Parts: sequence; structure tokens; C-alpha cells
Amino acid sequence: MSVSVENLSVAYRSRRGDLTAVDNVSFSLADGEIMGLAGESGSGKSTLGNSLIYLDQRMKQVGGKVTLDGRELPIADTKAMRPLRMTQVSLVPQYAMSALTPTRKIGTLTDDLLKSHKVRNRDEVLAEMRRRIELIGLKDDVLRKYSFELSGGMRQRVTIILSTLLNPSLLIADEVTSALDVSTQRAVGEMLLEFRDRGYIKSAITITHDLSILAQIADSITIMYAGRLAEKASTDTIVNEPLHPYTQALIASLPEVGVRHDTTTLTGIPGRPPSLANMPTGCRFRDRCPFAFAKCTQTPPFEEVKPGHYVSCWKVSQEAAK
Amino acid sequence: MSVLKVDQVSKLYRSTSRGGGLTPALRKVSFELREGEVISLIGESGSGKTTIGKIVLRLVAPTNGTVTFNGKDISTYSARGLRDYYRHVQGVFQDPFSSYNPIYRADRVFELVRDVYFPHVSDTEWDAKLEAALDAVTLNPGDVLGKYPHQLSGGQQQRLLIARALLLEVKVLVADEIISMLDASTRVDVLNLLVKLKRSGLAILFVTHDLSLGNYVSDRTIILRHGAIVEMGATQKVFGNPQHDYTRMLLSSVPELHKKWQHTPLGPVVVSANGSAVATDVIEAAPGTVASALAHATMLDELTHTEQVIKRDVRAMFAGRGGRQAAVAVALEPPALSEFEPDHLVAEPE
Repeated sequence: MSVSVENLSVAYRSRRGDLTAVDNVSFSLADGEIMGLAGESGSGKSTLGNSLIYLDQRMKQVGGKVTLDGRELPIADTKAMRPLRMTQVSLVPQYAMSALTPTRKIGTLTDDLLKSHKVRNRDEVLAEMRRRIELIGLKDDVLRKYSFELSGGMRQRVTIILSTLLNPSLLIADEVTSALDVSTQRAVGEMLLEFRDRGYIKSAITITHDLSILAQIADSITIMYAGRLAEKASTDTIVNEPLHPYTQALIASLPEVGVRHDTTTLTGIPGRPPSLANMPTGCRFRDRCPFAFAKCTQTPPFEEVKPGHYVSCWKVSQEAAK
Repeated sequence: MSVLKVDQVSKLYRSTSRGGGLTPALRKVSFELREGEVISLIGESGSGKTTIGKIVLRLVAPTNGTVTFNGKDISTYSARGLRDYYRHVQGVFQDPFSSYNPIYRADRVFELVRDVYFPHVSDTEWDAKLEAALDAVTLNPGDVLGKYPHQLSGGQQQRLLIARALLLEVKVLVADEIISMLDASTRVDVLNLLVKLKRSGLAILFVTHDLSLGNYVSDRTIILRHGAIVEMGATQKVFGNPQHDYTRMLLSSVPELHKKWQHTPLGPVVVSANGSAVATDVIEAAPGTVASALAHATMLDELTHTEQVIKRDVRAMFAGRGGRQAAVAVALEPPALSEFEPDHLVAEPE
């Protein structure tokens, strides 16, 4: 078990008090697992990802514990986290296209990274970087280029190389494929798989709103709704036999190649997610759920209904108990 | 009957950096849009899909070629004629969050339409009109009127903008990536709305980079690459039996829920801008190998390379003074289209 997150809660400070964006979230990642984290905008998926590497001024950890490779990750302590970033936990930010400083060449950025982490075997690391650059099909002259000289897909790939250069145990990839063209999307997705297979990263959390990308690259998928986990299972299970009504509705709303309006009418999910400031009690999906019943006014537990399949829904728990 | 006809439209953008080179954004694109038809324009970034939308909305002028609406060349419209043109042709764009002015209420967009097009309509008549338009986009007036943009969801904002277009006697709607910024759960509602409007006779130009969305909603499909049409025709034919390597590559890259990516070797990518042909190697995987990032990435860089060659050639041509017209003509010459089957045109490899 390389990563384990227990009852983690993260809140944003605001003038009207704390807004809990991630509420009592628990999950774990096996070695070599790529976990997909999916949800609508405002579901707290990026907050969860960011909290594992950098809690900025606006955020605070309200409770819970994160363990990485058997040691507790001091996520609330920005200073103690500094040496662990890039070496233990690393992030490919949401806007990776603009994450590279425009005034520094890629090579200079790499130097900065090595210096700030006091890397001793510089030459070895640089040689390894060149090897990886070639591995993903770029030429090593990218080191002498500025970020604006690279295309969007190249920039995205260079950012991933930099983020994973020091072989972090956990990589958090936040919407890494969202702004890319389909063909580039595929190259970046396959690059993540390849880096995992070669052991450059031990495990990864891929955050996205696009379930079909996760179906390609993730081993397991976790669905998040309004700050809480709704369902977690292997990719095949989520795609083929989802149990949570929200997951089912999400999957039913996805158009696929071959599905046309005159043969199949897809349906969306009526309503919109609740706002952070005004969370309903009980199940947060209740108002949009076609199966809601009396018990849904209480908060459902995030239970293992089948081996490896966790769901937070009263209806599913009841059916599983029968 | 075709409402809108795009005929041999080309557009060269002059870039402000890199020595003022010219980029061919569109190369002799022609198609017709019929009443009650949805055409999706599909392409990757830089394919010129948005430029077509902008030209149709007369936001940019084409370098060459004409767009005719109901038989009349739209470039001939003067101020008054243009106002009438916009009565019939409207656009909705990608980012709902920047389509509104955040300091005004969202329904101000309706007031602006009223000021320009319906100055003499009474309040009761206007309210009835507004209600009908909101009803058509399945919005409840109480939910959206009087609200500020930040109080509405992305889907509601986009539907308001479509309702705004419906207030006019709109015949053609240019929908430029209107759902790419929406969440999955609300996306489909907007898509289904487009289908409903199409059935009532609205012609829609659906600009997107997402093949599965285009496939769901459109009757005909145009695949664009580097400003030229590579394949066009009935959606089922283009998606069901793609003929061009580029279309196949795009389709093979689409992430699908129930199907994992497969690595199928692609045909040769041949570059022939300005007559000089540059052949690149066929990228083939040994049988049984899983797609690797390397193989796919190499292919991508070859494609990027094609683009660079085209740009460089166009720049070179404009560096010399003589024979400017001829040079433009060569640079703009798109690969020839031939009919593969009825209502299915395929371009020569480029």
C-alpha cells in the first residue's frame, strides 16, 4: 500500500467561516496503481489533489491523515513538505501548458529543480532526463528551448518529465489531458502509463472530468461528488457495473462514437451540485437522485459492498445486505 | 434547400511575430448548409474550424471566396443589411463565463436584443416572446431572469445565449465549442436542445474538436486539417467508414469508455506543400505490441512537422516580391477532393 488517505478533510477559509471542500475522504492506492479521480466542477477533486502536495494560504487541513510508503505525510506543514515535494509527491498542474516559466529555457528550469533539491548526482540525473526525453519521442534540443517554442502537447510532456524527474512515489496529474487535441491526449495518456510501467513513478492520481480518458489509463476510478467520495472500484467495474446512482447517470450521459441522436437519446442529470456554503445534510446527491428515499436524509457510509468496490449510497448498501 | 453556402473560402492570417509570415487558416473550403441540418466541423487546434464560424458571422473577412446566405453574398451587406443578417444568423461561443459582463444581470443580453431589433414592441408582447424563447431552451424564467452570471450554471448560461438567438428569426446558428466547457451531466441537455431546434428547421454549424459529440448531433460531418477539408459527407458514412488516414488516426485516438486504445499502424504521412514532396517513414508496430507512448508520440511530431513545412513555404513565398498572386494560389491549393460514395468526399493524402 503506497498511499493511504484516512478521513481527510480540507476546508477553504472564507469570511463566512470555513467551507469544507473535501469532507472526510478515505482511500488507498496500491503500488503501481493509477487511480482516476473524476467529478463535476466544484466536486473538490482538485482540492483533494492539491492538498496532498501543497496547502496554500486559503486552505487548511481540518482533519485526517495521509500516509505515503509507511510514513505520515505532513501535509499541513508547508515547510516540512518542501523536501518531500518532487521527490516523494509530485504534481502536474492543471494548467501545465502555462506552468513553464516563459523567460527560462527548459534546461535552466531543470537546473533550478536540481539545485533547489540539492541533488548530488547531477550528471546522472541529466543523462536520465535526456533518455526520458528521447523515450517520449522528443529531441534533446528541447533543453535549449523556451516553453513558447514548443507546441501544447510537447509542453505538456516536458512538464510531466520535469515533475517526475526525481522519481516521486506519488504523482498527482490534474487535468493533464483536458486542453489537448485528441491525438495529443492519447500520447500524454500513454506516456503516464509508460512512466508507471518503467517505475519512474510508483503510483498516480489522475484528476479529470473526462471518464473516457480514465477508462483508457486508470486502474481504478474514484467518483467524487460535492466533496465526498461516491464510489470507488476498478476501472472495469465502474465502467460496466457502476452502483452509485450518480456514477450510473454520469456514464449514461456520455456520448460515444457510434451513438447518434436519432437512435439513442442520452439524458443528462437534472439540477446542479449543491454549493459549498449551503451543503444539505445527509446524502448530497439526494436532490438529483431518482432513487432517493427517506433514509437518504442521513449521511450514507462509504462502504465496501463487494471486494474492492466501495459505494456511499443507502440504496446500494441495503441491496447488498439482502 | 441550402440556406448558407460557403464557396471556395480561404483565409490567410498575417502573424505579427516571426517576420510577418502568413498562415493559411483556410484553404478553399466549400460546403452548403441546408435548412434543419446540423453540420459538424471537426478539427484539431489550428485546423481553421473556428475561422469558418467567424467568417460566417462576418466577424472576419475571408481573403478569398464568398459566403452566401439565401442567395446573397454576405460581404455586400451594409450596416442596415448586416443588422437584418444578424436577425437570421447568430453565434454562441465556447466560454459562457466570459460571454457575459459579470457586473450586469445575465438577462441584459435580452434587453440588448430588444433595443436593437424590437424597439417598438410592447412589454406584454416582449414578455410573451421571452417566455417562448426560454421555454424552447427548457429554462424556467423564474430560475434565470434577474440573476447575475455567477449565479447560473454553465449549462444555464449557454442555454440563455441560445434563447437570445431564438428571440430573433434565427435560421442559422453557429455553435462554436458551446459545450466543451460544460460538465458531463449538463452537456447532454444542451446537445439534445440542439437536436430539438434542428427538428424545428434551424440549421446549425456545430464546431467541435470532440468527435463523439459531433457524431451524436450532426447529419453531416466535415473533417478539417490545416485549413483544408480532408473528408466530408454524411456523418454515418464518415464515421462508419473513414477513408482518409487523418480521420482514421483521429478516430483511433478518441478515448472511449468501453474500448481501450488500440495501436493500428498508420499509412505513410506524406508532405507536399508547394510541390516538394517529403515522405516520412511508415510507423508500424510489430504484431501484438501494445501501443507505446514512443510510437504514438513520434507520429505526432511528424504531423507537427508537416504543419511547419507548410508554414515555412508560405513565408518563403512572401519574402520574394515577384509572382505574388501565383504564390498565394499555390499555397492555398488544398488537396483535391474526390467522391468515394454518394455524399462522402475524401481528400487526396497531403
